[in-house]
Amino acid sequence: MDPLITLDRRDFLKATTGLLTGVVVAGTPLAMIAEGPAWAVDLTAFTSSEAATLLAITRTICPHDNLDDLAYALVVQATDSQAHSDAHTRQTIKDGIATLGAAFAASPENDRVAALKKIESSEFFQFIRLKIVQTLYASPIAYAHFGYEGEAFSKGGYLLRGFNDLRWLPEVPPEDAGPIPVSA
Amino acid sequence: MPPIDLKDDTAVVIVGSGAGGGTLAHELTRRGIEVVLLEAGKRQSTETFSQVPGEAFAQLTWLDARTQSGSWGVARDFPTLPVWHCKTVGGTTVHWTASTPRLQPWELRAKTTYGNLAGTSLIDWPIPYDELLRYYELAERRLNVTRRNGVPGLPASNNFKVMYAGAKKLGYKQVHTGHMAINSRAADGRGFCIQQGFCVQGCKMGAKWSTLYTEIPRAEATGNLDLRVESAATRIEHGTDGRVNAVLYRDAQGREQRQKARIVCVAGNAIETARLLLLSESSKFPQGLANSSGQVGRNYCHHTTGFVWGFFDKPVYSWRGATLAGVVEDEVINDPRRGFVGGYRMELLGLDLPTFASVGLPYGWGRDFASIIDNYRNMAGMFINGEDLPRSDNRITLNPKVKDTYGLPAANIHVDDHPNDQAMRKHAQSQMTKMYDAIGAKRTVPGPVPPATHNMCTARMSADPRDGVTNAHGQSHDIKNLFISDGSALTTSGAANPTLTIVALALRQADYIEQETRAGHI
Repeated sequence: MDPLITLDRRDFLKATTGLLTGVVVAGTPLAMIAEGPAWAVDLTAFTSSEAATLLAITRTICPHDNLDDLAYALVVQATDSQAHSDAHTRQTIKDGIATLGAAFAASPENDRVAALKKIESSEFFQFIRLKIVQTLYASPIAYAHFGYEGEAFSKGGYLLRGFNDLRWLPEVPPEDAGPIPVSA
Repeated sequence: MPPIDLKDDTAVVIVGSGAGGGTLAHELTRRGIEVVLLEAGKRQSTETFSQVPGEAFAQLTWLDARTQSGSWGVARDFPTLPVWHCKTVGGTTVHWTASTPRLQPWELRAKTTYGNLAGTSLIDWPIPYDELLRYYELAERRLNVTRRNGVPGLPASNNFKVMYAGAKKLGYKQVHTGHMAINSRAADGRGFCIQQGFCVQGCKMGAKWSTLYTEIPRAEATGNLDLRVESAATRIEHGTDGRVNAVLYRDAQGREQRQKARIVCVAGNAIETARLLLLSESSKFPQGLANSSGQVGRNYCHHTTGFVWGFFDKPVYSWRGATLAGVVEDEVINDPRRGFVGGYRMELLGLDLPTFASVGLPYGWGRDFASIIDNYRNMAGMFINGEDLPRSDNRITLNPKVKDTYGLPAANIHVDDHPNDQAMRKHAQSQMTKMYDAIGAKRTVPGPVPPATHNMCTARMSADPRDGVTNAHGQSHDIKNLFISDGSALTTSGAANPTLTIVALALRQADYIEQETRAGHI
């Protein structure tokens, strides 16, 4: 009952060309705040410090300590891109970030949580939470991190690749299930 | 076939190509009746279905503006997406999860069985059960439903093994991999299920029945079908005699077209069907078409739903395998001692990671939220599919403040849960939690009420024309050549996922239309 996939950071960087642009751009906003990045985000709507706050918000709303900053950076990029094309979104986010203040990104997690709690019912928070949840868990690096194996059509489905490999519970009697349609 | 002329008034015009409209189109065309099938969406195929969940959602879903109101949880958790159905050739049969149980005899006698319940608009179905059963059997053969007619069940997935073990611990007896319109072996010119877990993104195997690659190409092969994609119906017109005679629609270029019609069948999913009837108001029918009773759009049902997720100390990999292939049916009974009337099914559910995070858990954030996602691998899932009670004010109306691309008012969906729905949901979520606890769950998490995927009863069949919109054949009480051919016509929701019933009623309606046409009645 083993996970079927592995994907390391190097694979992801190769696979993600086109998702994140401007590889290794010293001094770009996210390069400065992320540890040892080999990537960066082109910002079109936000300033460096706004992006740093956005990254911190993302890490506070969905805190997975060992999930690579790359996955979080994709959220910043998707948000930046939407803000670029939609003035209302841009203003809502800029205002929300301003409300949280410049010290937010560097403050301890408890303080960040408390600050976000205060604005939980705001349009800004609702928007950014949804954007984070919809984007963070949709990237190949998140799939790999959480062990989600994704589409399987290209590999012949899960029929012969573990869809029924659970062994810690009794097997289902044939009359309540059905046969495997091919011989393994 | 050559296209049917816009001025040809001998054709039957069907609006919508899903379970109801697509099946009806096949049934009429194979009888030699020419059909214009209007579909608002584009045509995809097993080749073009996206395997990226977010892209697939955008590719298949009806995303035109809608508004909602009322106290149901969906208004809070999914303010911009009250309902989740498709806009594509094949309609919602492209993304459905293919569960095909039957309604039970007592569910058709809803008013008689449940009595006079305050705050409901219950009525009995105008169809005897034996009559519906005859068409269920035809529909089950058509859809090659598992565990019927000697068709084997689907094999048990990991997620189902968890459900099964928990259900048995609680003493449930009717637990199996479900009656599913998914090929458990190759049949009907289609392959068998390879357990991809991507039912909702469109089945790239074609193992799951969809009108997209069954009924519609067969209708096309008769030479009697004129399928027009990206053609959004905006109005049904009538003559001075009160009979409908044309459908206005916008084509792919946004140009208005008028297709003459001998008969019009509306199958746009319960929201759009009601909206189209309301949009078609005229000086003769100021409340909208087929609406002398005032019932169009009312009695909207969507099933009592809600998730429960169970987390274990070992992996489940619940995304591997057919999304919904498992059910506990013991609670499909009417036992008011449970604190509510009507029954519910507990159905298996696996969601891909991004959909789980955004639809399965639409609230919460921070460490606790993250810890749930961290345990995604070890998660099993189920949801409730229970009867919700019709209420007169749970209804589709036109919202003049929000317009679609053609400047027409969008649909507003108003739902207030009945206390019965709340009691049923509470009971069901408690039973599902007990099932997981009984086999050692480390944690259980109740999920929200998701956007409604089962939309029903907004133009319901009724014996008395004052109670509903159509007769027992989906023929409108007011206008003899106007039919309702989708889930809108269901009288009540019962506890059965609606597609099998929609298909059965479409098969029955086709027989009726042929017979009435021959007899010169329509």
